[in-house]
Amino acid sequence: MAITLKNIYKSFNSTIAVKDFSYNFKKSKITVLIGPSGCGKSSLLRLIVGLIKPDSGAIEINDRLLTDLNIQSFRKRIGYVIQDRGLFPHLTAKQNISLMAAYTGLSDYNILSKIEQLSHLTKFPSDGLQRFPAELSGGQKQRVSLMRALMLDAEFLLLDEPLGALDPLIRYDLQKDLKEIFGELKKTVVMVTHDLYEAVFFADEIVLIKDGSIIQSGTIDDLIQSPADPFVTRFVNAQRSEIITSRDN
Amino acid sequence: MKLLITFIITLVLSINPALSQEKAYLKVASKKFTENVILGEIITKLPSDPDLIITHIRELGGTRILWNGLLKGEIDIYPEYTGTILKEIFAGENNQTENFKSRLKKLNIGITKPLGFNNTYAIGMKRDLAEKYGINKISDLKNFPNLQFGFTNEFMDRNDGWPGLRNKYQLPQTDVKGLDHDLAYRGLDAGSIDVIDFYSTDAEIEYYNLKVLEDDLKYFTEYKCVILYRKKLEALYPVFINSVKKLEDTISESQMIKMNSDVKIKGESEQQVATNFIESRFSIDVNVEESKFLDRLWHNTKEHLFLVIISLTGAILISIPLGIAAYKKKKFGKVILGITGVIQTIPSLALLVFMIPLLGIGSWPAIAALFLYSLLPIVRNTFTGLEDIPNSIRESAIVLGLSPSEILKKIELPLASRSILAGIKTSAVINVGTATLGALIGAGGYGQPILTGIRLDKVSLILEGAIPAALLALLVQWLFDLSEKIIVPKGLRI
Repeated sequence: MAITLKNIYKSFNSTIAVKDFSYNFKKSKITVLIGPSGCGKSSLLRLIVGLIKPDSGAIEINDRLLTDLNIQSFRKRIGYVIQDRGLFPHLTAKQNISLMAAYTGLSDYNILSKIEQLSHLTKFPSDGLQRFPAELSGGQKQRVSLMRALMLDAEFLLLDEPLGALDPLIRYDLQKDLKEIFGELKKTVVMVTHDLYEAVFFADEIVLIKDGSIIQSGTIDDLIQSPADPFVTRFVNAQRSEIITSRDN
Repeated sequence: MKLLITFIITLVLSINPALSQEKAYLKVASKKFTENVILGEIITKLPSDPDLIITHIRELGGTRILWNGLLKGEIDIYPEYTGTILKEIFAGENNQTENFKSRLKKLNIGITKPLGFNNTYAIGMKRDLAEKYGINKISDLKNFPNLQFGFTNEFMDRNDGWPGLRNKYQLPQTDVKGLDHDLAYRGLDAGSIDVIDFYSTDAEIEYYNLKVLEDDLKYFTEYKCVILYRKKLEALYPVFINSVKKLEDTISESQMIKMNSDVKIKGESEQQVATNFIESRFSIDVNVEESKFLDRLWHNTKEHLFLVIISLTGAILISIPLGIAAYKKKKFGKVILGITGVIQTIPSLALLVFMIPLLGIGSWPAIAALFLYSLLPIVRNTFTGLEDIPNSIRESAIVLGLSPSEILKKIELPLASRSILAGIKTSAVINVGTATLGALIGAGGYGQPILTGIRLDKVSLILEGAIPAALLALLVQWLFDLSEKIIVPKGLRI
């Protein structure tokens, strides 16, 4: 199992964010965490990358317990993309992408050829590499974020609402490209979204979360045909009718 | 950076000659009123031992500054008054003449016999006003509670000043303004003040046609002028001390008033007046080096830059790490910001004077005070600059696998650079302005002509300090605006 969460509890002050959460994120599969806002899905991602620590429970990476001592080396094996404002505004796109690579002792030549390969993969125009984040569009920024996450050939790709801040059209393009990239690279992907259609579009497995706990996991067909809880049907129908209503308009 | 350090070291050496070469230096000092400055000039120009370089630190803030400077060896010699020694320096001790002489001896301070004139405190008002009300003696003031009193700040605080005078004469006036001696004359002339204190040898008594009120209850003590010096000088520079002693009993009251008047009313320089006196007294020729405007300006600029550059550089080197520490450790941060904030609230003159017991007089206490003043803006801006970085950016850096020190160096400090630079700019501009006060404790700089200008009521001299100080502040601001283009990353300026 690639990433294993065992009985994770996490609360902030008196609010419970994650409650007795156990799950195996499978190797080379795309798992999508979905649920209403405040359900704890982002907290789970932040727990895995060590930005917050669980109150109790354990996180294992390839069957090794994640601790303070090995978190730093684990981070070098993950790519992390967040919704917005994750790029360093004082560095160019290229500097953002190569910042960490320079520390790992990668040669300039290797860095350059890797960046070229990535900009091709992410369909990022190479003349944009010298630009600063403020000079890039929202979609371009997220492509740079993705390139940064992929620069060191991360084993795991963790994405927190990576398309959340984008215009619908740009979002649609990037969804397509992202799916292609996932298909090509075969990485272990954990993605957080609140959008069911995005989840369906990407996921090998969907994990529906409410109040910090798993309600149901499986494919979209599992969720529709054998809902574990009335909430599952409500959640699915709510987003479905949203589309239908907007179509009627 | 290396270039900057070399520049600073060169500047230090060029301004503090004592650091660069070994020679015999002797420092004469004077208080910030004309008579004392003239006497300081006279002492400076006395025939002395070969190879002895005598410099004059003019217009120091007040008695305490000079006295402590003398005790600590920061200065070697200065003109003082017997009344001040009794009532101010040895205040609260047994006021026997014999006693203060032995006290001085124990402190290794030498004293000359009186030079002749008595420059006591006197109370006076414009002659026409005095005649209108029929006021002749200080006791008469009791009947006119509405008269506006304006006394020098020193007189307001001295044991032998206003508090004692009010007690002795049971004066009813309570709303008394404290102001600068030279401003008092102008206030009196303009009619905003009715009664002031002055010294009985002041040139202005005649100039402004003032009535000196009779001290009918004999409140004021004698203020015979003497010269205090470090006892060591007797053995070290016998020729010089011999010359100093030749001044004993040679200056009459009318002679002193004339010399004061030559400077204050006729507008001659203290150097010239002192030279004339020495030439007639010692029958020798003295070279008068009237300093040229540009030389003075350059000299003041060097001194001023010295104060600003050293104190600001020190403040930058200390404040940025402090700001970072405050940001990393929030509890510590509160303490740091609290302390630097409190320092900022201390009035600048008070802070300068606090430094004297620790560092004596001259450039270093001024630099220390300016350094302390420059801390808060830089510490606070470093702290808030770091604090304002969006969490998403910091977390991206952490998850990327950068170590905390790499994050600080590559991400946080560049992002906070604009804020830090703005803090440094604020400090620098405040620093340039506050440094003008340094002249009060012997640090020189643009404050020196301002002090002299106020004392002699010469606007041109005030401007000689004020305009360069303002220009320097503008220049500093411009330089920092320029450096923003180099220091603040391009990506943040889009």
